[in-house]
Amino acid sequence: MSAVTDVRRRGGRASMVGSGLLVVAVLVLALWVPYNVSLGTLSSLVGLFVLVILGTTWNLMAGYAGMVSIGQQAFIGIGGYGVIHLADAVGLPVLGAVVAAAVVCGAVAWATSFLVFRLAGGYFAIGTWVVAEVVKLLTTQVDALGGGSGLSLGAFQGADRVARVATVYWLGLTLAVVVVLATFALMRSRVGLGLTAIRDDPTAASGLGVPVDRSKRIVYVASSAGVGLAGALTALNTLRVTPDSIFSVGFTASMIFVVLIGGIGTIEGPIVGAVVSFVLQDRLADLGSLYLVVLGVVAIVVVLLAPRGLWGLVTRVTDVHLFPLVHTVRREASED
Amino acid sequence: MEAPLLRVEHLAKAYGQVVTARDVSFDVAAGEALGVVGPNGAGKSTLLNLVTGTARSDGGTLLLDGQDVTRWSAPRRSAAGVGRSYQVPRPFAGMTVFENVLVGARFGGGHGGREARRLAIDALERTGMAHLANTPAGRLRLLDRKRLELARALATGPRLILLDEIAGGLTDAELPELVALVAELRDAGLAVVWIEHIVHALLQVVDRLMCLALGDVVAIGDPATVMRDPRVVEVYLGSTVDPGPAAAS
Repeated sequence: MSAVTDVRRRGGRASMVGSGLLVVAVLVLALWVPYNVSLGTLSSLVGLFVLVILGTTWNLMAGYAGMVSIGQQAFIGIGGYGVIHLADAVGLPVLGAVVAAAVVCGAVAWATSFLVFRLAGGYFAIGTWVVAEVVKLLTTQVDALGGGSGLSLGAFQGADRVARVATVYWLGLTLAVVVVLATFALMRSRVGLGLTAIRDDPTAASGLGVPVDRSKRIVYVASSAGVGLAGALTALNTLRVTPDSIFSVGFTASMIFVVLIGGIGTIEGPIVGAVVSFVLQDRLADLGSLYLVVLGVVAIVVVLLAPRGLWGLVTRVTDVHLFPLVHTVRREASED
Repeated sequence: MEAPLLRVEHLAKAYGQVVTARDVSFDVAAGEALGVVGPNGAGKSTLLNLVTGTARSDGGTLLLDGQDVTRWSAPRRSAAGVGRSYQVPRPFAGMTVFENVLVGARFGGGHGGREARRLAIDALERTGMAHLANTPAGRLRLLDRKRLELARALATGPRLILLDEIAGGLTDAELPELVALVAELRDAGLAVVWIEHIVHALLQVVDRLMCLALGDVVAIGDPATVMRDPRVVEVYLGSTVDPGPAAAS
């Protein structure tokens, strides 16, 4: 009767190769790209890292915890304003200001969670948007934050342009890698197991001992802090924030686009989605508003033909998992 | 005589005008199985929701091992040893069968990684589901979904297990296996509360029987006596009491 049972949590050989390629891609981005592309391209690549962070954090909430927020631009704004204010007015070093801005985002998310968590489903989505609008309106009322006209970053003044762009580029790449790996670690932990259960059936999860509200709050705070990093990065890259630009609901639209295109509920999906979204943005920049039409068409086509996103297509034909989460039980009859 | 594991006192719950529990009192000891019967709408599933904490009672007290748990959340009660299966299975469809059970072992059971994995596999083996460990739970057929309900609850290491119509849909060949499993749990010292329409299966295991109707306890006590009680018979008029295996369809 007895069987040797072993639980594994890693992909097969193809997955190892895939993970290896991903590491190579990151190394190329870190060590080769900065010395071989124009400053303008380097600066626009920061947009890719921002998209990776936004997609990964939105997926963490929607794909793993079932919370569809359309108000995450609140934390882009707080991150963006936060980094400039903390660097210029408070005098923190830039890296410290980025981290501190993310912490502020986490704190604001924690406080507002008690408000928006009273709402479910579509009401939650609208509620988060309302919070974002309120944060934006409050920001325009504060003179120290530039009122309606926003803030410009002074910390980099006098710095060499090449050094500045390179610093922001490497910071962006580092933050994107950290956010993806942190998400992976979270999803492999006990919290991640509980979150996946909550996504599938919160009532059953609660009955099996999963602290539903606490788990959701952890995700909301962590995800919003991550979005704060993306906001800080955006502000460092553009050197300027205005209420209308940095609190734009367009950020949340691109988070949703990235996640839908790439594949919801996977770590790989948002990365794929971010790359596709970035390439489209780059290639179609000259089209003006027609660009939005193309985005819409792409979204519709992908949702119709590949409801689980582009990464869903990959896992359907291959067994590649760059970030393996699934448990595989292997049973072999014992020798005795 | 030690205190009962679960004591329910004057439990009350109404959804608007619909009373689903009106002054319900009963207790179950460790190592005892209590059967619950009653027509549809009697408040049987609501009773389980109140005991697990999925629903909040309007009044009354719940004591688990002498401790007042009336205001405890569902996860806290799970950790304290309350496990249940749902009448309509609620699998975590996107997770494998093993991961479904692992949730119970890690959270309700409160065990660390290695021990939780061992308990999860143990629960799968006890319920005959080990060969399905890597199957996505969303792909299970109904019968296996019901088994999964039981496996998940067992993985939490419950002291009290609440079973909601787990026999429905089983074939005559599978029924004895299930009955044996429930008897085994009871004999291992668990307190069992089992709601079931297939009365002949129920009567093979339970030590006492409770009949509910419209939120009231109609009768509780020795199963044979309860089944003969004129009030119970009256409650069942218009529906059928299944008297024995011969009548099983």
